[in-house]
Amino acid sequence: MIELTIDGAKVRAEEGMTVLEAARTQGIVIPTLCHFDGLSPYGVCRVCVVEVVKGKRSSLEASCTLPASEGLVIRTGSPRVQRARKVVMELLLSTSPKSKLLQDMAANMGVTKVRFQQKDRDCILCGLCVRYCEQQMQSGGLGFVGRGVSRRVGTAFDEMPEECRNCGGCEWVCPVCEQACRADDLIDGLCGGCLNAVPVESCPICTECSQSVGAEGHRTFR
Amino acid sequence: MATTGHAAHRIIEKHAGARDALIPILQDIQAEEGYLSQEALEAVSEGMSIPLIQVYGVATFFRAFSLEPRGRRVVCACTGTACHVRGASAVLDELERQLGVCAGQTTGDGEYSLETVNCLGACALGPVVVVDGINHGHMTRADVQHLLGGEPESAGADR
Repeated sequence: MIELTIDGAKVRAEEGMTVLEAARTQGIVIPTLCHFDGLSPYGVCRVCVVEVVKGKRSSLEASCTLPASEGLVIRTGSPRVQRARKVVMELLLSTSPKSKLLQDMAANMGVTKVRFQQKDRDCILCGLCVRYCEQQMQSGGLGFVGRGVSRRVGTAFDEMPEECRNCGGCEWVCPVCEQACRADDLIDGLCGGCLNAVPVESCPICTECSQSVGAEGHRTFR
Repeated sequence: MATTGHAAHRIIEKHAGARDALIPILQDIQAEEGYLSQEALEAVSEGMSIPLIQVYGVATFFRAFSLEPRGRRVVCACTGTACHVRGASAVLDELERQLGVCAGQTTGDGEYSLETVNCLGACALGPVVVVDGINHGHMTRADVQHLLGGEPESAGADR
């Protein structure tokens, strides 16, 4: 057993656990996007960043790939972490503004404006579908194609792969195409409903949404 | 299918089919056939028991691999930072104008393929244009004519 400190509390974790898993055993919520139980950690979305305190200094690390080690001091909700997460959400939203999940998360984190150019790619390259196909379905029909800005998720030669069993898991696990944001117009790159410009009871978008705006409810940040 | 399949299988056998030999295998196939055909990639996937998408992902990741047939002669212009500040874009424009194709395309007669690369590591020679594996340094617009004229030792040639 290893003992580490998360948000001031001593947490006992088993050898080989990540900081994210150790935090979850104690009910400490760290938001994640590219993490999925049963799939290998990937560490690309950076939403799960936490602050690792080393004496007077600290660094930001992705908790889903950070192994829990003896004496580690972690802060999951410090101002620095919150600022970093907001920028990460803005970057993710700039590529996929129509994702309801991203809009919800951004709203919960208090993002009020997306300052980056909107690209509307409908993919954040989190690799969930690729890993789901490979690790849960033992199929491997999906993968990354290309490189750099032209990198995308695809199949070989854009043909239906032989391995595909039409399980639909890739769509089910996707944080972007799973449920679309219903807002017609985005304000500063954000959905007006999730931006909490109006109370949830009278918000035309929120009342139509099947989900509430996350565990924290409908908070107003303005 | 049969012939390319054979070539791919022979090359895989040469590399003992080890998973980490995927890139050398693709390089060998490209050296032999000039490009990576769909049949060749399928044969590699089958021969090495790797999902096709992984082979395809590697083939699309590296600029050195081409999934389309290339011309008899390959003209490759470096557009890396050092070559860029020394005027690579003007040289590329001239190449495009004289060949009548955009970067990444092959001339209609199948003679020339024009490609770009992000750095060749020969920055001191920039702008660099590689024709059939031979580096030509300090290229200018005027040198392009010589280069495409087929004269092996043009003014800017370094080797």
